[in-house]
Amino acid sequence: MAKVMGENIIEVRGLKNQFGRNVIHEDLDLDVKRGEVLGIVGGSGTGKSVLLRSIVGLQKPKEGSIKAFGIDVLKADPKEMAEVENRWGVMFQDGALFSSLTVRENVEAPMRARLKLDAQTRSALADLRIAMVGLPPKATTLYPSELSGGMRKRAGLARALALDPDIVFLDEPTAGLDPIGASDFDTLIKSLQKAMGLTVFMVTHDLDTLHATCDRVAVLAEKKVLVTGTMAEMLDVDHPWVREYFHGPRAHAAMTASGGEN
Amino acid sequence: MADADAPTARPSPGKAEAGLSGAMTLATLKASEKAVAALEGKGTIDLSDVTELDTAGAWLIAQARQRAAAGGRPIQLSGMTEGQALLIDTVEKAMPRPERKRRQIPGRPGDGLENMGRTVAAKARTAFKALGFFGVVVAHLLSLIIHPTRLRITALFYHMQDAGLNAVPIVSLMGFLIGIVLAFQGATQLQQFGAEVYVVDLVAISILRELGILLTAIIVAGRSASAFTAAIGSMKMREEIDAMRVLGLDPIDRLVLPRVLALVFLLPILGFIACMTGLIGGMLMAWIELSITPGMFQTRLLEGTDPVHAIIGLVKAPFFAVIIAVIGCHQGMQVEGNAESLGQHTSRSVVQAIFIVIVTDALFSIFFAVWGI
Repeated sequence: MAKVMGENIIEVRGLKNQFGRNVIHEDLDLDVKRGEVLGIVGGSGTGKSVLLRSIVGLQKPKEGSIKAFGIDVLKADPKEMAEVENRWGVMFQDGALFSSLTVRENVEAPMRARLKLDAQTRSALADLRIAMVGLPPKATTLYPSELSGGMRKRAGLARALALDPDIVFLDEPTAGLDPIGASDFDTLIKSLQKAMGLTVFMVTHDLDTLHATCDRVAVLAEKKVLVTGTMAEMLDVDHPWVREYFHGPRAHAAMTASGGEN
Repeated sequence: MADADAPTARPSPGKAEAGLSGAMTLATLKASEKAVAALEGKGTIDLSDVTELDTAGAWLIAQARQRAAAGGRPIQLSGMTEGQALLIDTVEKAMPRPERKRRQIPGRPGDGLENMGRTVAAKARTAFKALGFFGVVVAHLLSLIIHPTRLRITALFYHMQDAGLNAVPIVSLMGFLIGIVLAFQGATQLQQFGAEVYVVDLVAISILRELGILLTAIIVAGRSASAFTAAIGSMKMREEIDAMRVLGLDPIDRLVLPRVLALVFLLPILGFIACMTGLIGGMLMAWIELSITPGMFQTRLLEGTDPVHAIIGLVKAPFFAVIIAVIGCHQGMQVEGNAESLGQHTSRSVVQAIFIVIVTDALFSIFFAVWGI
């Protein structure tokens, strides 16, 4: 399992998704390279979340192929699939924590399902993950309903990281957070990504997050990935929606805030 | 995972230096743990041969370092890549400080007593809250007399249909079957004394006075109290109730009163239907089992059974209706922000409603007995 930086760990080819007669994706191609932070942007209803759900196997596409770690997830047998699932983590929009379990039990849940560990190691590793995402130790015994929105997202991230995955999928990680919480979350993602050598696939609307964390951006429009590239490259794209998105007043504010790095 | 990649220790006996190699990951945690344990007491650990390191592996190394530092002989690390150093650093920063765990002594004396006290206090609180809610509902009902336009007619009729009309089939079937059972059981017992004809009195009095209404109330409690709790509770979860309050709409007027009034109007009717189908069931069974013709049944019924029994039965219905609706709505209002709480309160509302209905029925029996009716 050599980890070559820059290889494609997710390859989506010719994806087609359709709800009834409403075609969401058609002939969509996308590569996710190892070690990068990829931001997926697009207007409402362009199927950003649907794309994420298709890749992780929650939405069966009509056509196309999706390869993760070289395995075609649409045709994988359960054993291959389990191996793939061990290597990715998903953070849902509001954390999607199990409401009947404490935060620690939530983070332990994937380890309990996938690994044979003794209870002590498991809870120690869970506590470590919880601390790494910046939650206070006393949060470990709380139930999801007792957490604030930001804490729930962090706990969701801790659960996504429970199996030391190669790639994490984040669905709107900063939506609903206050600016301070959102920028803390950006820093957290960036530092975890650096420390753990993670690949991050992020669906987001947040221009600040894009500037702060993403190495590459993929724009969903016209039912496919219209264009991918760095933030700087996005500024030169000549497509009305992309222009408006990356040249709008909010985009300028976000770019100035990030110190014009791009 | 190939064997060549398995984590191993190079203890280099005699020297203060030692090395680790292989993949130290979550998947190889057991072997990694052994490898690290073999290096206990060394001054420097060389990580240049470690092919893979994840947080679990870093955690093992960090733990060993923490233990060694506590023992006064800190371990230095060498030969790791930049990424590995960063990872170990991150993990070490996140490591929970060794805390003194408070021991929990299981089964301490007093735990049981304390729990009992807490349970009693919680139940008493719930009872007081429910009483308070009942008061609020009554106050709103009274103010309805002054402002009758505040009642939502559409909602009232909707609930009359949903909780009343739609319950007619189940309630009539239930009454019919109860009538059959009573007549059949009564017949086998009374035959022994040659008093078959008293089956009519048995069926009529027990159904009209007690069972018809009581069992209808229990069915409606199961059907409607739970539906009220679920509907109001899910509105509470989605902050709809708060939205109504902010908009100046009174949730009691809008949600509770139509439900209470719908049941008050329709539970007596449902009870009456149950009584009638019960009598039909009894009549049928008496005819089949004891050859008491419907005509005889009717004559015996009219001369042997005082109409006061039927009145006593129906008088109780509005009281049961208020109990069921108020408990259903009150539990709905108690729902907190999660789905689990919705489930808990829904089942609680049914149990409480049925229980209070039966208690009230017992109180009515005593009341009527004392008054001699």
